[in-house]
Amino acid sequence: MAGVKTPPATDVTAVPALDALREVSRNVKRVESVEKVTGSAEYIHNLRLPGMLYGKIVRSTVPHGRVVSIDTSAALAVPGVHRVITGADVLTLVKNPHYGPAFHDQPILAVDKVRFVGDPVAVVLAADPHVAEEAADLVEVTYETLEPVFDEVAAAQPGAPIVHDELKPAGTFTDLKYLAGRSGTNIALDAMVRHGDAEAAFARADRVFEETYRTGQVMHTPLEPLVSVAESRAREELIIHTASQSPSFVRMEVSRLLGWPENKVRVRTAYLGGGFGAKLYIKLEALVAVCALLVRRPVKISLTMEEQFLMITKHGTTVKIKSGVTHDGTVIARRTETYWNGGAYADIGPRVTQKSGFTAAGPYDIENVSMDSFACYTNLPPAGALRGFGIPQLVWAYESHTEEIARELGLDPVEFRLRNALRDGRPHATGTIMENARIVDCIENVAKRLEWEKPFERGSGPIKRGRGIAVGFKASISPTTSVAILNVYGDGSCGLHCGTVDMGQGSDTAMAQVAAEALGIRTEEVRVLHPDTDMTPYDMATLGSRSTYHMGNAVRLAALDARRQLIALAAQSLGVPEDQLACKDGAVSASDGRRKTFREIFVDRFGMQAGNVVGFGTFAPEYEKADPKTGQSPNITPFWMVGATGVEIEVDTETGRITVTKMVTAGDVGRAINPEIVVRQLDGAAIMQLGATLFEQMIFDGGQVVNASLADYKIPGIHDVPHHIASDLIEVPHPRAPYGAKGVGESGTFGVSPAIANALADACGVRVRELPLTPERVLRAIRSKSGDPLEEA
Amino acid sequence: MADGRRTIRFTLNGTAVAADVAPHENVVEVLQNAFDLYGARESCGQGLCGCCTVVVDGTAVSGCLFLASSLDGTTVETVEGLSDGKNLDPVQRCFVENSGFQCGFCTPGFIMMTKQLLAEHADPSEEQIRDYLSGNLCRCAAYPDILRSVQAAAKARAGGGDRVNAIS
Repeated sequence: MAGVKTPPATDVTAVPALDALREVSRNVKRVESVEKVTGSAEYIHNLRLPGMLYGKIVRSTVPHGRVVSIDTSAALAVPGVHRVITGADVLTLVKNPHYGPAFHDQPILAVDKVRFVGDPVAVVLAADPHVAEEAADLVEVTYETLEPVFDEVAAAQPGAPIVHDELKPAGTFTDLKYLAGRSGTNIALDAMVRHGDAEAAFARADRVFEETYRTGQVMHTPLEPLVSVAESRAREELIIHTASQSPSFVRMEVSRLLGWPENKVRVRTAYLGGGFGAKLYIKLEALVAVCALLVRRPVKISLTMEEQFLMITKHGTTVKIKSGVTHDGTVIARRTETYWNGGAYADIGPRVTQKSGFTAAGPYDIENVSMDSFACYTNLPPAGALRGFGIPQLVWAYESHTEEIARELGLDPVEFRLRNALRDGRPHATGTIMENARIVDCIENVAKRLEWEKPFERGSGPIKRGRGIAVGFKASISPTTSVAILNVYGDGSCGLHCGTVDMGQGSDTAMAQVAAEALGIRTEEVRVLHPDTDMTPYDMATLGSRSTYHMGNAVRLAALDARRQLIALAAQSLGVPEDQLACKDGAVSASDGRRKTFREIFVDRFGMQAGNVVGFGTFAPEYEKADPKTGQSPNITPFWMVGATGVEIEVDTETGRITVTKMVTAGDVGRAINPEIVVRQLDGAAIMQLGATLFEQMIFDGGQVVNASLADYKIPGIHDVPHHIASDLIEVPHPRAPYGAKGVGESGTFGVSPAIANALADACGVRVRELPLTPERVLRAIRSKSGDPLEEA
Repeated sequence: MADGRRTIRFTLNGTAVAADVAPHENVVEVLQNAFDLYGARESCGQGLCGCCTVVVDGTAVSGCLFLASSLDGTTVETVEGLSDGKNLDPVQRCFVENSGFQCGFCTPGFIMMTKQLLAEHADPSEEQIRDYLSGNLCRCAAYPDILRSVQAAAKARAGGGDRVNAIS
């Protein structure tokens, strides 16, 4: 990040004591509450523009093949069809129509090959969406089929069918450039960490444990399905309205594809009906942009719930772990090999591979660590980020494994974790010294919540009971930048221009609280403008629980800048030196009691209610990129997130069904800006991960997903919520965070899956090493253990 | 496409209305196309998520599966009819006070189903609440807060006081 200055330490290190805070730590109701309960909140889903056409995507029916021909005549013959757009049309506007955040590998529409069942091949446009849908079925595409590969480990082997002829790193992330030009491989990225000498340590360990853990592919299913609208009124002007978590990135990428400067592309969003990582980077935006420019009418593409499963998913993974342990229960060596099933296009998979991959050995103090993480192309729908950025898959593996070791050694699993936990001041495997990571506190908290010390009734008869815990950690993704503007108007009210997208996490409220705290006004007096690249400055994206820390710091700096200017103006009008003025309650006051409200400051300066005070804040944390050969860095992340989960479950040993009766979460949050909303984030994340643990999985037949609907792909409903559910906040303010607050959106997911598998082992003595823990899988394990295995299906 | 449009007449949030609808049009579409009401939203398209819940003749239905032409002669209530523009309905108020939502996309559906629940069970048990709301999905999983919101709404009803809370 050459050229970007980090803010002066004095601005970000001062974390006031709790009792000095007026707006931060207050349970302000969400600023958009009334809109949401009256049904009037704005979503792009609802947007209609005059003259708008609806696009319906024609998708590949084969998992891997060359497009031989596309016959659009029958579709064009349907009354009401405006036009059918194919890859050839796209090429008339965009010379190289491949996009993506990490690799430029995904075509706007297929140009030569298709790489998964569902890959977009053409778009039918019509004023009536039903007409577009009907006609889309009539587009005839002929393919020359190629051999596909679906499994991530198989894809990584020599001789596997090759999904992409050559690797094309995007250049957005400079540390991926070295991959350019690699060919003949499905490994899009191999990231490694070497710390000590794992092989030598295995040789001297008393016991060595080795296992493989797997997770299936799952989907975000935001209830507002992905949707984008583009319009172009002038010759070189493009407006994209999109349900996106990353408007700044969309603008950058669409501009690059078109060869336009960024200032000719405007990207705006509204409230998002859920995101969870599905609406990140670039999804439908390039496609609607090209369609709108080709037909000179607004174009909207709304995915159906079924189509969402073909857009973006969460990686299925295979994690191999080997640990060397001494008799006293110290883990002295750990080696991990993680294979990420990235599907047909990289999306942000390589970043997941790299940035989460380096935590695969877990939050433990292990002297000798070797970690390899492979982003693998396959012929399945693409995988990206889903609430946790790969962390839940890794925690699934290392916390199942850690528990297995403890049980095998006859050690208490909580004690075993505490003995090996990575504590502040000790080096992580990347060489970065841990700080402000409450790993021990989180473990102890959930153990206490479960009353771990007390005897536990495991049940008699067919229903067995068990309990389990797990802890995970995550490094905030770096390097990233956030910029904010706080605009104080002539009447003293203000607008906060910030690019953080409120998709339900409550960021509008939290950012208003931070701005209000810094400026000395009430939260309710701050209006947060929704992301619009014509009006809101750059923000990398709303992802990875980064916004509270990064945008929060930028907002605070912007508010402090505005405050400084208001004090300077008041100093002139009051004739009092700036350092003797205070800014609070919407006014600047002197020690003698004289004060000027913000409005009076403007009136004094401009002779009337006029003018603006504009405060700017830019935040880009310090960061040192890792050595690509060893993964070592003195500063791998601006902050660590920690989450622990404890569960009590009931297992019906006759059906294999697991019921979670109690679920407790501990989240290391730094300090909660809005404690009520933070608790909601932890609970919600935990329940979401409960779905991926017990029942969510995409099922494929020859590369075709066969359960892409809420009828066949179950997500948690209200009956799945444990009767006892609670989240605790571990609050130790982070010294460089805004008022000490760290990100919290994902921490609740980390420990859920292994905690439940550990509880299953506790209840029934069986270990299931693949997610989800479906009744069938659990029952098979129980019956195998009892020597009466079920027949293979 | 064959046309086959017909005119239907029904009562929408207390007002007599008419609309021209095509045979395939569903309730969500007619509310959006003819009346500019976007509180009922199509999400799963299969009547499983509850985002499109509206109340027809006193019964909550999935607007995405209910053909618009079947509305002829009925009384329809949508989330937009709950508030008079100045005051919130007690159920809405309790959802605000108990933070019974996150992204808000499913919220109108939950609120309409809660209205149905409370119309039939003034003092519902937790299991009754879970049963009634089992056809409404919230991917943000605000369920614990939704439960609290509904319990608070039941209590507020018992204590009387309708539309007491000003929107601002």
